[in-house]
Amino acid sequence: MNVKLTCSRHEIRSTGRVVTDGSRCVQCGMCSYNCPSGIDVRHHSWLGRPVDDSRCLACGQCVARCPRGALTFTRLALFNEGGS
Amino acid sequence: MAHDVSTYVIVGTGAAGISAAQAIRQRDPAALITLIGDDPHGFYSRPGLAYYLTGELAERQLFLRQAGPFVMLTGRVTGLDVAGRRVITADGREHHYDRLLLATGSAAGRLPTAGAELKGVVKLDNLEDAREIVRRAGRGRTAVVVGGGITALEIVEALAARGVSTNYLLRSDRYWPNVLDETESRLVEQRLRNAGVRIHYRTQLACIFGKHGRVAAVETDRGERIKCHLVAGAIGVEPRLELARLAGLKIERAIATDEYLQTSAPDVYAAGDAVQESDDITHKPTLDTLWSKALRQGRIAGANMAGDREQYRRRVPFNVTRLAGLTTTIIGRVNAGPDDDLVSIARGDSETWRQLPEVMAVQWHSRLDRTRVLVARNTIIGAVVMGDQTLSRPLQQLIANRVDVTSIAERLRRAGDALSDAIIGRWLEWSHGTAE
Repeated sequence: MNVKLTCSRHEIRSTGRVVTDGSRCVQCGMCSYNCPSGIDVRHHSWLGRPVDDSRCLACGQCVARCPRGALTFTRLALFNEGGS
Repeated sequence: MAHDVSTYVIVGTGAAGISAAQAIRQRDPAALITLIGDDPHGFYSRPGLAYYLTGELAERQLFLRQAGPFVMLTGRVTGLDVAGRRVITADGREHHYDRLLLATGSAAGRLPTAGAELKGVVKLDNLEDAREIVRRAGRGRTAVVVGGGITALEIVEALAARGVSTNYLLRSDRYWPNVLDETESRLVEQRLRNAGVRIHYRTQLACIFGKHGRVAAVETDRGERIKCHLVAGAIGVEPRLELARLAGLKIERAIATDEYLQTSAPDVYAAGDAVQESDDITHKPTLDTLWSKALRQGRIAGANMAGDREQYRRRVPFNVTRLAGLTTTIIGRVNAGPDDDLVSIARGDSETWRQLPEVMAVQWHSRLDRTRVLVARNTIIGAVVMGDQTLSRPLQQLIANRVDVTSIAERLRRAGDALSDAIIGRWLEWSHGTAE
C-alpha cells in the first residue's frame, strides 16, 4: 500500500488515531509485528483502547495489515473542521 | 485471624481460560488463580497460527504480553471430584478449588483413513501442529489436504505460500457449500488455483500409503494415486468433554450451563468451545467455535466466579477471516444444508450460520468483491462480505440489533450500488437514532 503524505505526522495525529475493535481482533499480533515504531498495537486492542502511544506515526501499516479489519483510522471530532 | 483467600482453578489455557483469569484478577486481587492446560506453550493466538504458517508472522509474535499474575501449569487434568472440590492431574497431584472453570476447548478429529497414523499426517490444532507443518513443508514437496471450513483453507494457503505442490481434495463439487453460495465458493477456488493449488472435486481420500513409517502417497476413491510427503486433515473439531463426563455434568451437544455459565455442578463454570449455546430460533443446543465468543464467555464466567451476577446472552455469530487472501466476514444466518468435507463443526465456525429460514437473498459482486445479504420479512438476518469490507460493520450492527429495514426494502431488491447506499443509509439513520 503506497500512501503519499502531503502533511506531517503531527497534523495527521491531531486529526485522528487508530481505534481497535475487540470483536474482530484475534490477537494474532500482525499489527505489532509490522509497527515500525515498535508499538504493541495488539495490546491496545486486548484492552479495547485506541492506539494512544506518542510513538505512533499514523503510517497506517497496522490498519493495512490487520487480516480481520479490526483496526481503523478514525478522525477525532476536535480539529477536523474543514478536513476532507 | 487468617484471611480467606479464594482459590480458582481453570482447566484450559486458551482464550476462554485467560479471559476468565483476567476477569477474576480484576475483581479479586488476592485470589490464587491456577490455570492448568495440556498445551506446553500456554496461551497464544490460535487464529494467528494461520499467519505464522504462511510466514507473515514470527512464532514469538503469537504470544501475548502476560496479563497475570496467574499460576500456569502444564499438565493433563484426569480427574474431577465435584463433591471434594478438587481436580487431579495426570502426575497424581491434587488441586483444591473454591470455584472451577472448565475451558477445555475443542480438538481436531483424526482422519478415519487407513494410514492416518503415519508420520507426515498432520492436523492444525495448536502450535506444535503448526511447527510440524512448517518442518515438513518445503519447496519441491507435495501435499494432499482434505477437509473443509476455515482450517482446511488455512493449511492449503500456507502450503502454497511455502512452495509446496498442493492438492486439495473436496468431497462435493465446491468449497464450504453450507456457508458460502456457489459464486463465493468459486471466487475462493479460483484464487486457490491462481496460487497453484490443484483442486480435486468429488474426490475422497481412500488410503494413505507409507514407506518406512512416513507418508509416501495417497489413493483417492477414484483410483488416482498421488505421491506426497504430507497429508493434512481438517475435517472438523469436537468439544473436549472427557472431564465434564467424568464428573457427571449435564451434557447435550456440549457442556450445558445456565445463563450465568454455571454448569449443573455447584461452583463449576464453563466457557468457550466446550459450552453449548441455544439457537434463538430452533431453541436447540448448538455449537460455536468462535474466538470472540470464547473471550466473552470467559470474561463473564470469570466475573461470576468472583461474585458478580452477569447474564450471558448470545450474540449473533460473527467471524472475520481470510479465505484465499480475501477478507471475509460471515454474520448471522447465511446458508443451509450439509458439508460432506466436515464430519463436525470447523474452527471459527457457528452452526447457526447454517440455520436459514425462508429469506430473500440479494447479492452483488465485482471482479474481486462480493456481498450477499439475507433479508427475512423486515430485518436482515445474515450476510457474507468478501473483499471490500465497507459494508461489514454496518451490516453487523443492523443484523445484531435486528434493525427494521422496511424503509429500504424496495431498494434492497435492486442489487448493486443502490443496495450498498441503502444499507449504509439505514445504518447511519439507525446509529444516529441510538446516539440521541
